[in-house]
Amino acid sequence: MQAFEYVAAKSISEAIDLLSERGDQARILSGGTDLIVQVREKRRSLELMVDVKQIPEVNEISHSSADGLVLGASTPCYKIYNDPDIKSAYPGLIDAVSIIGGIQVQGRASVGGNLCNASPAADSTPALIVLDATCVIAGPSGTREVAAKDFCTAPGQTTMENGEFLTSIKIPTPDTNSSSFYLRFIPRNEMDIAVVGAGASVVLDESHKSFVSAHVALGAVAPTPLYAEEASNLLSGQEISDEIINQAAEAAQAIARPISDMRGTANQRKHLVGVLTRRALNGAVNRVKETK
Amino acid sequence: MSKKTHVQTEINGEGIEFLCEPRQSLLEVLRDELHLTGAKEGCNNGNCGACTVLMGDRIVNSCIVLGVEAEGEKIETIEGIATSEGLHPIQQKFLEHAALQCGICTPGFIVSSKALLEQNPTPSEEDVRFWLAGNLCRCTGYHKIVEAVMDAAKALNTEVADNA
Repeated sequence: MQAFEYVAAKSISEAIDLLSERGDQARILSGGTDLIVQVREKRRSLELMVDVKQIPEVNEISHSSADGLVLGASTPCYKIYNDPDIKSAYPGLIDAVSIIGGIQVQGRASVGGNLCNASPAADSTPALIVLDATCVIAGPSGTREVAAKDFCTAPGQTTMENGEFLTSIKIPTPDTNSSSFYLRFIPRNEMDIAVVGAGASVVLDESHKSFVSAHVALGAVAPTPLYAEEASNLLSGQEISDEIINQAAEAAQAIARPISDMRGTANQRKHLVGVLTRRALNGAVNRVKETK
Repeated sequence: MSKKTHVQTEINGEGIEFLCEPRQSLLEVLRDELHLTGAKEGCNNGNCGACTVLMGDRIVNSCIVLGVEAEGEKIETIEGIATSEGLHPIQQKFLEHAALQCGICTPGFIVSSKALLEQNPTPSEEDVRFWLAGNLCRCTGYHKIVEAVMDAAKALNTEVADNA
């Protein structure tokens, strides 16, 4: 591997100073499951890795009535799926973090890193988008917030500028009668990258017969994870039926602009968007009904 | 070459200090600096699990951990699993079930399996297969490994019952 320097920053301001000084030659080290591999394989060169795992705010999970769930950006996957409160309130996020890599990777990889790596196929990003998550970014001129759906701008690119880094992710407290679901298609059962991923969250009425609102998001079918706005909006206020879920699936297919690559063809991906959107929506609806 | 960093850590219950460059992975430090060559380099990109070690209470791929990140951590490697009294029951069951052929993946499988059984003493076959998905074996076809781990769980539970 190329030579670089390493600093374990002790505070957010120390990390910002280091990032500002070195510009694009510095990179945040969280779980390292993407970054270390990229540097070793010469897909990225840098002078400095800034380890943020010793900064308390970046590694904590907290719950508050104002902000809902606040996930430190470096919180590893296993801490998320072992948290009983997250498990019951945000099952769609649990779906995603339970299938990122194997157990070894889940011991290190973080949701914040998944976002910042900005892979179009990142599993946790669609799950965060449908939960209406907000990314908290610290930088030289203070803190700003960006919706998870607007965080990634291109493969490997995010809205963050020099000197900035992702410190936490805020997810609002879910409504009553709501749930979420994420799934992906891969040719094996685990340890793979999504051919297509789909997340859904739903809020149902008291009787569980109609959607109050719903969100759908897609992975691996565009340069960035996508929020399927039309598919989401057309479900609002509608009675739950196969027909309306099919309409949402078609609307989701309409915005997918997949490529053909080693994992699948554009046609296959387009088809999968329909299948997975239906399954994600039905999965979320069934979870609301089961928790009655 | 960038400056070497002094790292203080605990490996297999023993306080260890070493010097390493930030670019050296924990796996490289274990093998090349500390001569603990039990953890193997397979893919060197976090897919195969041959370099699995325990860091804190979690298994990690030591090829995608930096040596400098071991500062203050507790590491357990395959070398720490057998005792002077003999093999660990998981190692014994791997032998009995012929759960290895070339043996390159075996240290990783044993470290992973031990972590599984400490967390879940009575795993189902599915639990074992899912947990071990991050460990690749190109010889055995996995079946004998899964049988060995299931049998080791039984043996460990009997041991616990006998000691009760």
